[in-house]
This record gives sequence, structure tokens and C-alpha cells, in this order.
Amino acid sequence: MLSEEVKRKIEKETRIYPTKQAACIEALTTVQREQGWVDDAALTEIAGLLEMTPDELDGVATFYNLVFRRRVGRHVILVCNSVSCWVMGYDSIRAHLEQTLGIRLGETTADGRFTLLPIVCLGACDHAPAMMIDLELHGDLTAEKVDAILARYV
Amino acid sequence: MERPLTDNLRADGQPLSLREYMGCGGYKALGDALRGLAPADVTKAVKDSRLRGRGGAGFPTGLKWSFIETGPGAPEPRYVVCNADEMEPGTFKDKVLLLGNPHLLIEGILLAGYAVQAQAGYIFLRGEYAEAGRRVQVAIEEAYENRYVGRNILRSDFSFDLHLHMSAGRYMCGEETGLLNALEGRRANPRGKPPYPASVGLWGKPTVVNNVETLCCVPHILRNGADAFLKLSKTSDGGTKLYGVSGKVKHPGIWELPMGTSLREIIEEHAGGMQEGLGLRAVIPGGASTEFVLEKDLDIPMDFDSLKQVKSRMGTGTVIVLDDQTCPVSMVWNLEQFFAQESCGWCTPCWAGLAWVAETLFAIEHGGGKPEDLDILDMHVNLLGPPGHTFCALAPGAIEPLESALRHFRDEFVRHIEQKHCPYMARQSAAGVE
Ligand SMILES: Cc1cc2nc3c(=O)[nH]c(=O)nc-3n(C[C@H](O)[C@H](O)[C@H](O)COP(=O)(O)O)c2cc1C
Ligand code: SF4
Ligand code: FES
Repeated sequence: MLSEEVKRKIEKETRIYPTKQAACIEALTTVQREQGWVDDAALTEIAGLLEMTPDELDGVATFYNLVFRRRVGRHVILVCNSVSCWVMGYDSIRAHLEQTLGIRLGETTADGRFTLLPIVCLGACDHAPAMMIDLELHGDLTAEKVDAILARYV
Repeated sequence: MERPLTDNLRADGQPLSLREYMGCGGYKALGDALRGLAPADVTKAVKDSRLRGRGGAGFPTGLKWSFIETGPGAPEPRYVVCNADEMEPGTFKDKVLLLGNPHLLIEGILLAGYAVQAQAGYIFLRGEYAEAGRRVQVAIEEAYENRYVGRNILRSDFSFDLHLHMSAGRYMCGEETGLLNALEGRRANPRGKPPYPASVGLWGKPTVVNNVETLCCVPHILRNGADAFLKLSKTSDGGTKLYGVSGKVKHPGIWELPMGTSLREIIEEHAGGMQEGLGLRAVIPGGASTEFVLEKDLDIPMDFDSLKQVKSRMGTGTVIVLDDQTCPVSMVWNLEQFFAQESCGWCTPCWAGLAWVAETLFAIEHGGGKPEDLDILDMHVNLLGPPGHTFCALAPGAIEPLESALRHFRDEFVRHIEQKHCPYMARQSAAGVE
């Protein structure tokens, strides 16, 4: 069940568009901020609020890189694998993350602390290699820097 | 030199408040236009300034605005949409403006809105730019409170609402008709053109779509006149340009320089040249979907027309450097993987073709390439490269780095296939680098 507060936020967002459907991305990300990901029940409820069918809304949800339709860990690490980061050492950063966390791309640690996902260019190419954790940007990564950053997310 | 986009940015990286923005002449152009200029005069000034779209295609901005029908009986409402999706790999220029001076963007949008007599606008921002989103939202609220946005702006009879739309990350949302679908809450598949957004756009209404940097140029044009804007440039197109460099240079970054500054000056003087021990082999001049330019051609001016001489494009103006220790085949594989993944799946040549290209490049890079793989790559260049074979420009854009790599580095592809491994890998492991 969506909380009253989430419903109010979604309702407020619909007012900036002439159709309710246009607020669907904001609705999905609002729910996700609350509970980490968008499960089927939440999706169905949002669809009802926005006068869409669940399938229609799922079609939109699955289009986006930042809407999670599967359970994720408490923190989501998005490591940039696009060209500038790749030139600047993405492979070794990814290998370091995988080794440190004991998971591969696409997986979640057993304690549910981190999910590791690849992402396209974060617009931080002048600070490549870069990653984002819970929408917070970290650049100029080295293995040591990654260790220090990870320690901040419990 | 004068830098209208970045001169007023704060040294501490914080955004200019409304008051600070006004302190350096902000919203003056808007006030003057609302009081003294007809909407068509605004469009004319932008036309005369020879401002061309900074989103990558270089379409003349004033001309785009003039396609919008105004006057009695014209369809309403009309919209201005700011394209702040900035997801082209290697591109990080609009972010500087969104973070540093959101009011400059808002004033640009308002001037565009006044020129085409629009009723509302949306800033379509990529979800990863969360901090920019917070700053833009604060600026919009400040502008509402001070009557720069909303009903009867500055007591004129012009009313205009402005909203922020936070997207959730997908390259196709940057393509302007995909963007309109995304704003309406649909999948960001593109729409057939014609009709163009100027006649049938957001919710079927006339719509102007412009890039962040494009719109940020507009206040200067109105404040100082088209001639002053033209004089900022070294070429026949007006204005300055935000140029960027990433890759193994000494100082990656973004600089506002006269339009038409040479690639060599951007890389050597502003980015500080290559890191110690590395040579520059080639560059991708303007984001992932532009063609490689070789070192020998770096003296070419970076503008919309000059790069055609070397079969490339300025694109977004953000340069990605290929150094002499990085494998070009592997780099192209990385790029094509991106395009294959971000293809929206609407038309077969693109979704099936780009996946095939990426797989073929993977095979070549990892020692499984066959001589006929080059024919497969050439076939895709011919099938997907020319405009009109796919529904939108994503696929032709994806082919630009591939086509140019096959043209410039063909011997490298052949070496990979003949030696059945990546020669650069061997060199790297011999040097003890992972
Ligand atoms: C796949 C694709 C992605 C695009 N992404 C962007 C983008 O992120 N930002 C942008 O301004 N233009 C982008 N464009 C170009 C837009 O379609 C459009 O030309 C531009 O926003 C027009 O603005 P301008 O005339 O001010 O340049 C993209 C085009 C394609 C084909
Ligand atoms: S070219 Fe690619 S991205 Fe564009 S419509 Fe076709 S499948 Fe979608
Ligand atoms: S390529 Fe990684 S941030 Fe741009």
C-alpha cells in the first residue's frame, strides 16, 4: 500500500501536466525513494492513480535505467562504463568493486547492503572513472578511493 | 575575451541566486523585450545572431522559432521544452550551466516563450543530474516568487508557466520526439517526422525544443544585439561554444571559447596536452556519435561546418581523446555496445543491426574475429549509416564512430583478426598493466 504522503506527492506532481499519465516517471521514482524499488503491487496502485493500465505503466518503467523493477540492496552503485570512463580505467574499477563486494555486475551482496549495476555516461567524463551511489556522484576513482567511499554507505 | 555563458559563474561552484543573477544584468533582456519588443523582433534578433542549436545538429535557432504559428486562430497552448537530457557519452557541458546559473537558462526559456507566444515550458532533465535538479527547482521557485515566471510576468500581459521534469535515464529521451513522448509519460520511442514538433509537438501542440546551451545564449543576444553575439565567434556562426575534453589529457574540463577555436588549441592549451608518456592518436570531436578525427587534422576549427572537411561533425563540442596506448577497436566496441543497449527497439535495422555490430566487434577484440567480419561491419555502415533507413538519428549516429574507425584504423582491425588477439592487451600485460 502506498502511504498517504506518497499519494499526495504524486497527486501534486500531476498538477504540472495536462494529463495524469505524464506524472508517471515522477510517481515511480517517488515510490522508489521510499522503498528502494517498484514492486508489482506499487506499480498497480500507481497505474490506478494515474488512470493507466499496469502493463502500460510497466512498459514505461522498464524503459528507464533508473527505475528498478527488481529488489535492490540498501545502496545502489552505478558504475559508468561509457567511453571516457572506459578509457580512464573503468575495467579495473569494476574489477575492484566486484572483488571487494564479492558480487558481479547485476548482483546484490548477501547482506543486502549493495547492488552493483553498470550505467551509461554520467556526465562526469572530466572526472572519469566515475560512479554514482544512490544518486550521489563520485569521480576520479582509484581503488583506494573506492574503498573509502564504500565505507560511508552502511 | 567575453564569455557570456560562464563569466558570471561563482568561483565556489554554488549557483547564482536570483539577486546575484540580477546583479550582473540578469532578467534585463526579458524586461526590455516584454516592454519594448514584439515577439517577432525577438525571433529576428536570434536569427540575425546566427545562433545554431548546441544539442548536436546545429539547426538555426531563430529559424526553428519562426516555424511556430502565432497570432489569432493559431493553435494553443504552445510549449517551449528545454532538452537537458545530456546523455551522449563524453558530453558534460550543459551540466556546467544547470549547476552554475539556472536563472540564465530560465531567462533564455522565457525569451523563447515570448518569441513564440507560448503558454508553458518544461525543463527535461536527466535523472542522474540530481543536484542540478535541486538547483533548477530552487531557481524556478525564486522566479515564480518574484514574478519572472507565472501570470503577467513583470506586469506585462505575457504569462508563462515553467516546470521541471526529472527523467530517469535513457539516451533516447534526448531525441526530441522521443523526449516529447517521455514527457507525456510514454516510452521514449521517437515519432514520425513530419509533422515536426513546431506544428504537432507536446500533447499535439506546437512546441519548440532547444538544448540548454542554446537557450542560455539567448539573453546575451537580446541584451547586446545580434552583432555583438556574432563578434564573439571566429566563424560565420555566432557566439561562443562550451568545449570539453576528456580522456588521457593533463587537465580534462570544459571551457567557453570563441566558436571556431581549433581542436589543437582546445586540447593543447586548455586541456594541457597529453599525459606524460602518451601520444594523441585521434579524437572524437563532439560526443560518442561523431567521427574520429586524426591528429594531423587537429588544426581544423571546431564549428558546425569546418569539420565536414575531415568527414566529421562538431556534435556537442565535447572532445574524447584516443591516446596511442588505447586500442581503437576496443574503444569502438565500447561505443557500439552503448548504442546497441540504448537503441529503443522500435525499428529492426537499429536494434538488430547494432547488436550484431557490437557482437562482431567483441569477437574481433577478443580474438574470435574472422576476415569476413569486416564485410559484416561494412554492410552495417552502408545499411544504417545513411539517414532514412531507420526511424531516428540514433542509428546513423552510432555508425559515425564505426565508419570512421574502419576508414582510419582498418589495419588495426585486420591485425586483431590475423593475430587472434588484441595487440594492445599484449603490450599492456607485458608492461605489467592490468
Ligand atoms: C539519440 C539522440 C539523443 C539526443 N540527445 C540530446 C540531448 O541529450 N540533448 C540535446 O540537447 N539534444 C539531443 N539530441 C538532439 C535533439 O534531437 C534536438 O536536435 C535538440 O535538442 C534540438 O535543440 P537545439 O536546436 O537547441 O540543438 C539527441 C538526438 C538523438 C538522435
Ligand atoms: S533508430 Fe534505433 S533508437 Fe531510433 S527509432 Fe529505430 S530502434 Fe529506436
Ligand atoms: S563516460 Fe563516464 S561519466 Fe562520461
